Amino acid sequence: MEKLSKMGRVYLAIVFLILYAPIFYLIFYSFNSGGTMSSFEGFTLEHYAAVFNDTRLIIIVLNTVIVALLSALISTAIGVLGAIGIVFIRNRKMRNAVLSLNTILIVSPDVIIGASFLILFTMVGVKLGFASVLISHIAFSIPIVVIMVLPKLMEMSDSLIDAATDLGASKRDILTRVILPYIKPGIFAGFFLALTYSLDDFAVTFFVTGNGFATLSVEIYSMARAGITLTINALSALIFLVTLGLVLGYYFFSNRARMTIRPPGGGN
Amino acid sequence: MKNNSTNPFYLIPYYLWIVLFVISPIALVVYYSFFDISGNLTFDNYKNFFSSVYLRLTLSSFWYAFLITLISLLVAYPTAYWLTKTKNKQLWLLLIIIPSWINLLLKAYAFIGIFGLYGPANNLIASIGSERLQILFTDFSFIFVAVYIFIPFMVLPIFNSLDRINPALIDASRDLGASSWTTFRRVIFPLAINGVKAGIQVVFIPALSLFVITRLIAGNKVITLGTAIEQQFLVTQNWGMGSTIAVFLILFMIIIMMVTGEKGGTVNGKIK
Repeated sequence: MEKLSKMGRVYLAIVFLILYAPIFYLIFYSFNSGGTMSSFEGFTLEHYAAVFNDTRLIIIVLNTVIVALLSALISTAIGVLGAIGIVFIRNRKMRNAVLSLNTILIVSPDVIIGASFLILFTMVGVKLGFASVLISHIAFSIPIVVIMVLPKLMEMSDSLIDAATDLGASKRDILTRVILPYIKPGIFAGFFLALTYSLDDFAVTFFVTGNGFATLSVEIYSMARAGITLTINALSALIFLVTLGLVLGYYFFSNRARMTIRPPGGGN
Repeated sequence: MKNNSTNPFYLIPYYLWIVLFVISPIALVVYYSFFDISGNLTFDNYKNFFSSVYLRLTLSSFWYAFLITLISLLVAYPTAYWLTKTKNKQLWLLLIIIPSWINLLLKAYAFIGIFGLYGPANNLIASIGSERLQILFTDFSFIFVAVYIFIPFMVLPIFNSLDRINPALIDASRDLGASSWTTFRRVIFPLAINGVKAGIQVVFIPALSLFVITRLIAGNKVITLGTAIEQQFLVTQNWGMGSTIAVFLILFMIIIMMVTGEKGGTVNGKIK
């Protein structure tokens, strides 16, 4: 393999600079006492204090975290069972059909998910707010969990289950003592991914959240539309740290699950 | 795994999910597209969609998505190529991916500051003695920010397919006397074409449906299909027309996925 040329090095350096500059620019100005994102006047932590003193904002953060944890937990449970079910489908056509249905929510744009869920909730009569947001997050996380768990299940040898059966294990034992421990890394990776998707989501939430309920993304959107407030900067610095932690956690588990790197949803 | 003839009850939640949140939402969107704003059954929405206003909107949305995809590809391909040559390539790749995990709104917000009248971009322009420009709320800022956001998503599949190429093939091409350009054109590029296709797929469809950046960065000057859907649903409250646009967006999505092949093969996340 040839080595990285000088030109290549310069090019990569520029790409990295462009990718990271906006993020560090945000964080840098979170310490600005001047109150704008254009001239740095002095160091201050007041914007961080503002974040922690804003009860409304704290409640929104709590809402966001609760929705993320609950949706990740529930979608992991449903997704894992779904994945096990998919593996057990003998009929090839049937299995492919289910897999295609599974990928629909992963590939379709957020606007469409948001809009169609809005119609669904209105028709069924679910009040827009915490419940609708939580249900939507569960719904769009399930296929991700399935995708993360499936490869692990596929690589599991049938003979493990046959052996357990021969040794007299019940179906329940096979599930809890053979299958689940084997696919644990996949389950954790799926859980983390579901968590980050939920924390990251804006578009779907934006459609199905009513007036009374907001998650952090929705709140940031309305703050950003109003203009620049350095509170957002302080908030983004904190979010950056949390995101970094989650990403590292996810890679830790997915590397143990020997899975390929994949980015999350970034989109609108 | 044989003792499984019956449909076990533990599958009920998953299948319920498929019916409730995969099939019925699409059915509902199609159903709603046949109703006008006052609830009458009609084909008017479809007629409207083929009027000049919506056709122009669709065309401009495609044009922007095309530009965004093209520029992302032009930036991402060399990035991916040179990344495969770095020593700790998985680490560098991770560093490319990390920005894609940062909430999109925060990135858009950063650019509101950067492109502002007194932001760093304008400071740079002013320092070379030029007038400060209105960068925000222009086509340029919209495309720049969109490309910024999509670069990691484009780099990843291309990197993966470049990285899978057997180095012996490249050596063979060199030994047979091909220049590096010829090697690239005749060996590397064709072998990594699937990564390019996957990258186009994961950028083009979301680029058609962007609405956050259009609102925050383009200041309603650029209207994409996504923005139009959001507007119909949440501002105008004309769900019928919104659904009609959504139906077409779904159709476009299916066509693009067929053209770029690999059905759902890229499943690398919701880059919506």
